[in-house]
Amino acid sequence: MLNVQSIDAYYGQAKILHGLSLNIQQGEVVALLGRNGAGKSTTMKSIIGIVPPRAGRITFRDREIAGIPTHSISQLGIGYVPEERRIFASLTVLENLEVGRQNAVDGLQPWTHERLFEIFPNLAERRNNLGGDMSGGEQQMLTIARTLMGNPWLLLLDEPSEGLAPVIVEQMAHTIQDLKKEGLTILISEQNLHFADLVADRAFIVEKGETRYEGTMVELESNEEVKDTYLAV
Amino acid sequence: MGFILAQALTGLSNAAALFLVASGLSIIFGVTRIVNFAHGSFYMLGAYIAYTTMSMLPGIIGFWASVAITGVAVGLIGVVVELVVLRQVYKAPELFQLVATFGVILVVQDLALLTWGPEDLIGSRAPGLESVVYIMGEAIPEYDLAIIALTPVVLFAIWYLFNRTRWGILVRAATEDREMVGALGVNQSWLFTGVFFLGSLLAGVGGAIQLPKGGADLLMDFSILSAVFVVVVIGGMGSIPGAFIAALIISELNVFGVQLLHQSTLVLMFVVMALVLIVRPWGLLGKPEKPGQHGQVGELARPIAIMPTRGKWLFAAMLVLLALLPVLDDSFLLVLMADIIIFSLFATSLHFLMGPGGMVSFGHAAYFGGGAYAAALSVKYMGAPMEIAIMIAPLIAGCLAIIIGWFCVRLSGVYLAMLTLAFAQVLWSIVFQWGEVTGGDDGILGIWPSEWASDGVVFYYLVLVVGSAGILLIRHVLHSPFGYGVRAGRDSFVRSEAIGINVKLMQWMAFAFAGALAGLAGGLYVFAKGSIFPDEMEIARSFDALIMVLLGGVKTLSGPFVGASTFTLLQDWLSRFEYWRLVLGSMIILLVILFPQGLVGFARDKFGRLINVRGEDHA
Repeated sequence: MLNVQSIDAYYGQAKILHGLSLNIQQGEVVALLGRNGAGKSTTMKSIIGIVPPRAGRITFRDREIAGIPTHSISQLGIGYVPEERRIFASLTVLENLEVGRQNAVDGLQPWTHERLFEIFPNLAERRNNLGGDMSGGEQQMLTIARTLMGNPWLLLLDEPSEGLAPVIVEQMAHTIQDLKKEGLTILISEQNLHFADLVADRAFIVEKGETRYEGTMVELESNEEVKDTYLAV
Repeated sequence: MGFILAQALTGLSNAAALFLVASGLSIIFGVTRIVNFAHGSFYMLGAYIAYTTMSMLPGIIGFWASVAITGVAVGLIGVVVELVVLRQVYKAPELFQLVATFGVILVVQDLALLTWGPEDLIGSRAPGLESVVYIMGEAIPEYDLAIIALTPVVLFAIWYLFNRTRWGILVRAATEDREMVGALGVNQSWLFTGVFFLGSLLAGVGGAIQLPKGGADLLMDFSILSAVFVVVVIGGMGSIPGAFIAALIISELNVFGVQLLHQSTLVLMFVVMALVLIVRPWGLLGKPEKPGQHGQVGELARPIAIMPTRGKWLFAAMLVLLALLPVLDDSFLLVLMADIIIFSLFATSLHFLMGPGGMVSFGHAAYFGGGAYAAALSVKYMGAPMEIAIMIAPLIAGCLAIIIGWFCVRLSGVYLAMLTLAFAQVLWSIVFQWGEVTGGDDGILGIWPSEWASDGVVFYYLVLVVGSAGILLIRHVLHSPFGYGVRAGRDSFVRSEAIGINVKLMQWMAFAFAGALAGLAGGLYVFAKGSIFPDEMEIARSFDALIMVLLGGVKTLSGPFVGASTFTLLQDWLSRFEYWRLVLGSMIILLVILFPQGLVGFARDKFGRLINVRGEDHA
């Protein structure tokens, strides 16, 4: 579904990604693992076009998307959930969802408020509250729900468990499993290996802007050397 | 009692146009972060276009249809400006767009002059609303009542648009986080264009409904601009209800102010604004602005190196060249060069505030004009010789800057900039309205240099010596501990405070210093011209300085000189033509689109090695 082929990405003059590659098949949940500053978020931003790659190719459903505007990439069916959540604080929950709404791409059952409220019951109660008045966990749910309103094929989740209480993290893992059952393809960046274990089928490990390891979660779990080298703190 | 009511109603009806224009400005600023200086021009175009359409469409329906057509027409003009000019420079440093909008002002002024001629146009009364209604024995024009009724309708319509339509929700979201809105699949560039359409439409309608009350003239653009800035700042940037309340306050204040102190209406407006800002720095209904977003967008400023030897030689060589200029025996050239040196000093002082200081002033002419008037008044009333007068100029201008700066440094970003403009307007209105002392519109004439300096060549040398000394002093101060403190405060308020720098005090001192040097430039200017008029304190003069600084490049030290030279030469060369504003405005717009980093910034980026001598030394 998504194929990233040796992309280079920069912040100003600083090169962050050095020929990074990864791929995701339809229906998979893939984890992008690595330490702080490894380039996980930049990879996400490159795919959605906020930090367009200066070299390499990105294809999504057999279309070249590197270099086209962010909103066009989003319209093709990639939903981006940023690490910082970026809720519209002065808009209500319903208005936040409205901003994310896009027409459904063919072949998907469109997301509605009702369907989303089933998955995120907390949001239903707070639908008329301002985004800025919600707790961190609720904001994280809202930011995912908002992106789902765009009816994406592929969901990019940037560190969804970060800064959340353990109970909420568990809830988040269930949510992601639910979304997978709905047929969504998900790329999730994580520092928390345990969380990735709960949700992902495969993993890529990123270090200094390159992919250093690729394998199933089962393989990764048994590979102590890789875990020590790239993930141990 | 009836009289007071009548006055209050007049105030309410005056508030209508002010509210429409201010809400348009506020909406555009909220989303695009552009302070659209050309907004007053859209208002002026509204009045002119309505004049034409109303003369073609008679009757009640024709009148209101004209208002609607005018709104749409001005909205479309706004769209053209957005597409052709601003879309090219969204990526440029934020303030650079101001220069572009200033170019638009000049172009619109001449286009209006070309189309409608120089005469003031008087709008005919609104059909069906020509008579008056007697309320408590006072005659109230029906039309006033009609637009009083119209204003809340417009307020509601705007509220509905922003809160109950998808477009409005998207716009509000974009006001908070444009990039995220893009990542959610919304093409923000069309959102921007839509916002420009709406904002310009409101200004156009404002001009149209004002036509039967005030007519149309070529000075409308600037005259409403300062009032609109005041309204937007009092109400809070981006707040529509705030703009509404503030428009009411200001309009009522003007109406009753005329009764109480009829010479001080302009001053009164700005005094109220200053008071509001002391109590509520972000305006009545505004929200605090995120810090550090002004003048420092995009690439970080390069560290300012102490001038290397090569640079010193270059500077010395330039001084020698300037010193040799009288050899050419061209007195006109000397006058022009003296102007350039004076404006370079003026622009350099503003640059000190904007670049290293990180404080944008929209009203720097206050100190230039303040210094000039201080010099002229001391000659006129105290018989001071030129030498003393030129020394008094920076002192008085510095004192003005100390007073104004005390208020301004409490704010930051656009609020600070707006407040500087407001204070500049206060000074301008004092000078303009206090005719017994300042000569008002007639200015002060016959301020000539002392005997020894009356020769053109000698005076040129005087300007050269004092002007370059002023510029060198500013450079020197940049490399002093004070200069480091100012720059540190700009880069990070919190970190600077944490290492023991009193940032607000530094900024206040920077304000005073920049003001004093602008005053010195003003002091020289008054003797170069032999006279002084309120024009030198006007918004347009402040904008000139902004253009010089931005045109040269905010992030370069030689920028102000290059900008001042370019602008002064262009203006001098173009002012021979009848429609010079059109040409100058177009050239400014073109320069902005071609050189978004400023002239020096562009040269440095493009010819890095070649120009490195200058790049390093001046930046």
